[in-house]
Amino acid sequence: MVREEPHPAMDPVREILEMHERDLGELLQVLIEVQHALHCVPDEAVALISDHLRVTRGHIRGVIGFYSFLSDTYLGEYVVYISDNITDRMLGSDGLAIYLCNRLGVTLGKTRADGRASVHFTSCTGMCDQGPAALVNGLPLTRLTRVRMDEIAKLINARTPVDQWPAEYFRVEDNFRRSDVMFRRTPEPGAALKAAMRRGGDETLKDIQYEEAVDPSSGHAWRRGADETLKELYRSDLRGRGGAGFKAAIKWETCRDISAPERYVVCNADEGEPGTFKDRVLLTSYTDMVFEGMTLCGYVVGSSRGILYIRQEYWYLRPHLEAVLARRRDSALLGRNILGTGFAFDIDIHWGAGAYICGMESALIESLEGRRGKPRKRWPLPVVAGLNNRPTVVNNVETFAAAAMIALKGGAWFAGHGTTHSSGTKLFCVSGDCDRPGIYEYPFGVSVREVLRDCGGLEAQAVQISGPSGTTITRLEFDRILAFEDLSTVGTFMVFGPTRDMFDVVRNFTHFFRHESCGLCTPCRVGTSLLASLVDKVAAGKGSPMDVEQVQKISQIMKTTAHCGLGQTAPNHLLDSLVKFRGDWDKRMVTTEFVPAFDLDAALGEARALTGRDDALAHL
Amino acid sequence: MARKRKIATCSLAGCFGCHMSLLDTDERLLELLELADFDRSPINDIKEIRGMVDIGLIEGGVCNVENVHLLHHFRDHCRVLVSMGECAITGGIPSMRNHHTLKACLEESYIRGVGVENAHIPDDPELPLLLNKVYPLHEVVQVDYHVPGCPPSADTLWHVLSALVTGRDPRLPTTLLRYD
Repeated sequence: MVREEPHPAMDPVREILEMHERDLGELLQVLIEVQHALHCVPDEAVALISDHLRVTRGHIRGVIGFYSFLSDTYLGEYVVYISDNITDRMLGSDGLAIYLCNRLGVTLGKTRADGRASVHFTSCTGMCDQGPAALVNGLPLTRLTRVRMDEIAKLINARTPVDQWPAEYFRVEDNFRRSDVMFRRTPEPGAALKAAMRRGGDETLKDIQYEEAVDPSSGHAWRRGADETLKELYRSDLRGRGGAGFKAAIKWETCRDISAPERYVVCNADEGEPGTFKDRVLLTSYTDMVFEGMTLCGYVVGSSRGILYIRQEYWYLRPHLEAVLARRRDSALLGRNILGTGFAFDIDIHWGAGAYICGMESALIESLEGRRGKPRKRWPLPVVAGLNNRPTVVNNVETFAAAAMIALKGGAWFAGHGTTHSSGTKLFCVSGDCDRPGIYEYPFGVSVREVLRDCGGLEAQAVQISGPSGTTITRLEFDRILAFEDLSTVGTFMVFGPTRDMFDVVRNFTHFFRHESCGLCTPCRVGTSLLASLVDKVAAGKGSPMDVEQVQKISQIMKTTAHCGLGQTAPNHLLDSLVKFRGDWDKRMVTTEFVPAFDLDAALGEARALTGRDDALAHL
Repeated sequence: MARKRKIATCSLAGCFGCHMSLLDTDERLLELLELADFDRSPINDIKEIRGMVDIGLIEGGVCNVENVHLLHHFRDHCRVLVSMGECAITGGIPSMRNHHTLKACLEESYIRGVGVENAHIPDDPELPLLLNKVYPLHEVVQVDYHVPGCPPSADTLWHVLSALVTGRDPRLPTTLLRYD
């Protein structure tokens, strides 16, 4: 029985719950909506949700504690999150955060006494080409300046609703600077799907008996179309665009061939790797291509349910995404009877709530199932037993877009671009110290130097490829190529100019990993924390060679023993930096002797005050 | 014959459990004494290290001024310094007070405690002043080896000590690192 409690303030929660099924998979979505409505998830709401979804309060609190954008304490009428990527910092975000705090009279991370506002840092919000960026009540603020912060503080102090703020504040640009063969012209919605189905023969789309057609043994043209499309995907040699580069055709075929009552197509739009923002642009301007790729995957593997898992930093895209889905349903490109063939496929949107780890596919699935986003064991793979333990294809946004183009233009066309082991083109997210930050499409195999030339960043002393978990490369390596053969990448390309102190970059990255470690395994949970403390110690001028040795030891342990890719790759940038930018470390090492990170005498201050002692023995 | 090694031991904010475990090496202690002598140690009640020793074993974390001085004394006089047991490595049980302020801890004991008379926080200069937190050894000085366990078993301590005095690699085999 649902216990009705007399909390009028909880009416919005009841309304939200009515809109959701009694399914654990809805938990995170419910919590996000409650957070948006109340700017916290209070205990009374936890009780109601617990009753509705039949899940313990402890579980719900565990989920709230896990995700950055959920909070059990009231965050205020206006909640500002300042993006804390290194590219934002290089544009002055840390100074702006303090400035805004002062203007509002708040302490960072604490809600103002009158409940008006709070200001926090958050991991990269994916606006690196138009930073410094922030989120206010879930909406992105770009190109922030002190003047803009003054205006924002005024609007908050005057309690002006966010939807009445000047639209200019929220303007997000695509900054699509270079397109190659893939993103030159967007195909007609449905064109790729039709092309795929026609591969089985012209009769595919006529007078189809769906029940018969889907049976693989029927040899029906419609089924044949799916098989031929898979062959094209094999011919294209398309590799996953999320960074790992697993062959999409193998994944799709594996999913198709496992006997199961249901299978799923999941599009990973979590895009948490700092410095990455291509999925945002794809979902803004190539939305149909992405959804079409997902639908196509449903057709090939025999799934009727697609899910777009998207990070909440892109909440502002919600109306647009819903509108595109509605239009596609209206044009029979989604729904129960796609293109009149009886093929049923639909796409739901599932929002993340601020957790980098959820970009890892098994953590993403845990999140979809309404749990903390902790990565599962490596085997079985999600394609064998993923969402609800059913075969699940999880692909990156860009992979689905590429699959749509392959269905349309053929595998050979696609394989004709790029390199031997990295076919096709790739989107690169260029940010940092360059003249023209934004999205660049190149065939795989392009050199770092060429990208730098095009974006106006040839002065750079370093480029961080594939985000903090990737590789730091120096001027000497600018002729290396971006491809799975050499520098494999999710597309992140952060440029550091000649005057940047590369130690600041390291410090930002170590803090990022400490914050984003999911806490499941000790090497990562403790390791990221120790590394951040050691780097802070060096930053404070208390580092010695012993501390550097310790950094190397801990890094090695993490690389070899962490449970998942996060912990295994978290020390990469540190080890790169120690080899390639040792000078920026050494100039901070003033001592060869071990020095404590804290001041011993100051550590006696509290006891001195309590006892009133100040004799010689009361000092160190 | 090789020079006889010198070993010193002490307990800071610990319970002496690690030292009990050391005594648990039983007759192997006699074997050890063939190869090494004990300098400053609660075992022989010598109060200070004279000259240099080869190996210093320290039990317990650092909670007060006296601990800091003794730890520095060991670091200055030991060629190899070993953190022995959980408290030395992590702060252990005493460091549970780190979740509270020192003020809250002392008031709980000396002001609000049951049966306390003449309630005041002790301020006698003879009492070593407490640090705001309990620290593991390696946050105060450079430590060369860490021997885990609460306490480390006699076999574990024997493995490490016998290796160090004979110049072998003291790394623990998996069998001594499994606790289940």
